[in-house]
Amino acid sequence: MKLNFKNIPTHIILIAVSLLSIFPFIWLLSTSLKGAGENIFAYPPTIIPHDFTWENYSGVWQRVDLMRYFINSIIVAGATVILNLILSSLAAYPLARMEFKGKKITFFAILATIMIPFQAIMLPVYLITLKLHLVDAYGDTMGFIGLVMPFAVSAFGIFLMRQAFLAIPREMEEAAIVDGCNVFQVFWKVLLPMVKPSLAVLAIFTFIGSWGEFLWPSIVLTKESMFTLPVGVNNLQGMFSSNWRYIAAGSIISTIPIIIFFLAMQKYFISGENEGAVKG
Amino acid sequence: MILYKKYIFVTYLYKGYYYFRLDHRTLKWHNSDMFKYYGKFAPYMFLLPAGIVLLIFFFIPFFQTIGLSFLNYSHSIYNPDFAGIKNYIEILHNPVFYKVMWNTVLYLIVAVPILAISPLFLAVLINQKIKGITLYKILIYLPVIVSIVVAAIAFKWLYAQDGILNYFMQLFHLPKIGWLTDPKYAIYSVIIVTIWKGIGYYMMIYLASLMSVPKELYEACDIDGANFWQKHLTVTVPHLMPTIALVTTISSISAMKIFAEIYVMTKGGPLDSTKTIVYYIYEKAFENLDLGYASAMAVILLIIVMIFSLINIFCFERGRYKI
Repeated sequence: MKLNFKNIPTHIILIAVSLLSIFPFIWLLSTSLKGAGENIFAYPPTIIPHDFTWENYSGVWQRVDLMRYFINSIIVAGATVILNLILSSLAAYPLARMEFKGKKITFFAILATIMIPFQAIMLPVYLITLKLHLVDAYGDTMGFIGLVMPFAVSAFGIFLMRQAFLAIPREMEEAAIVDGCNVFQVFWKVLLPMVKPSLAVLAIFTFIGSWGEFLWPSIVLTKESMFTLPVGVNNLQGMFSSNWRYIAAGSIISTIPIIIFFLAMQKYFISGENEGAVKG
Repeated sequence: MILYKKYIFVTYLYKGYYYFRLDHRTLKWHNSDMFKYYGKFAPYMFLLPAGIVLLIFFFIPFFQTIGLSFLNYSHSIYNPDFAGIKNYIEILHNPVFYKVMWNTVLYLIVAVPILAISPLFLAVLINQKIKGITLYKILIYLPVIVSIVVAAIAFKWLYAQDGILNYFMQLFHLPKIGWLTDPKYAIYSVIIVTIWKGIGYYMMIYLASLMSVPKELYEACDIDGANFWQKHLTVTVPHLMPTIALVTTISSISAMKIFAEIYVMTKGGPLDSTKTIVYYIYEKAFENLDLGYASAMAVILLIIVMIFSLINIFCFERGRYKI
């Protein structure tokens, strides 16, 4: 891979698009590092701050419990991922391997959930969540359960796991059965370890989806101590009305964890093998 | 020494399959079918947990949405009365509804073509063996990963009245624009955010299917002396037609679900110029507490999204969902 002059136009276009992709963040970062002595509306704008300071970061950190938001997001995303892994693979196994009455109907019912956007049914979901007391007024634990349950299983996850089970040769199951496993042991000890790559894909994309979820938390959450990161960051706008230095600093802090996660897991996102794996 | 490691025959019959097992003590072949082996209840036990969640948080709300849309909540939230199709008629007479639909159509005719074509172009460029490809991929994919709320805040800052975008406008001797405050431009400013956040995602979808284009076809093009555009218009585009259609439907469906951008940046304003279906439902349901009206809007959204989803499932994603 030598630097080839033929490739220069390609590089120019890709550099331009890359810059456009990160420029809003760069500008936010730059604003968050500008001290009170520098006009953030100055023309011409400066990317490198003259009056460089970390003061905005310490300021927003002291006034807003970003750590709390972060922990809440971890709890919600973690629980969503675990439930998705368990429920999706449990449901996928009979759909991939067993014959039973009502299989077709079950299959189409799950397929139908793909066509129902959450946004269209969010109102009754909220009413049901209220009725089941799964809101933060009944305690933090109930609040977290309410945040997680509507996303505890997805048709996408079930179909992903079903594909994974279909790819396992039947001989594996037969061998386990001959060795005396019962059906749950076959599932738990033989099949699940073989679909680990798919479980990883499901875990990562569920995590990203849950981490960025904004609509549902902003509907159900009432207590500030229960805010997840997206809700908390949106709330910064109201708290610091026009103090863009603080808003920018808070936004940047909230983005750091997910960027670290992305860079650590980048092969899952950009290898090109998991086509179309996020949301829909 | 391995002596008859597995005493097993398997015959595959229609649907289920049977296996014959040698009993160690009696030395007789037993036959049993897998259906019996799994037991009558096993499949239902496996399906039960997911089934309960889907029932409570998908199917019941789905039918409840339809039910609520026939109720009238406008005078009391506690004692709704049956309204028949009154909510639907009111919606059809509401100018805001047409504004909202027009905004959705704008999304479909502006954002969707850009989201279907430009990522394809980028994917073709990135699908080469040149330096720094991984870095480009990471940077272009970054907006997909970052929370939409942070993205919307970042753009709100770019769009500020004395912000950096208006500085560039001045550089080119153009008047300052109220990016988010002028009803003429606000919807386009929001569409830009959606496009910016989606490009990396669709690029990766295209990249995955670019790998399946036979290399020989490109070699043949090179031998015939085709240039970049000829090569990709005659080989890549025809090969990726199914993917292009898939991206078109996926991005149309997500364009109809836009909410966070609007909520963070404009709250539907100015003058409803950026109000989308989902934001309107949210506003009616959780701010005006008009549950019947909101549900009728939700049913309209359901119908539109279902049509697009059916096209998607039956035309492009059959393989993934086949029984």
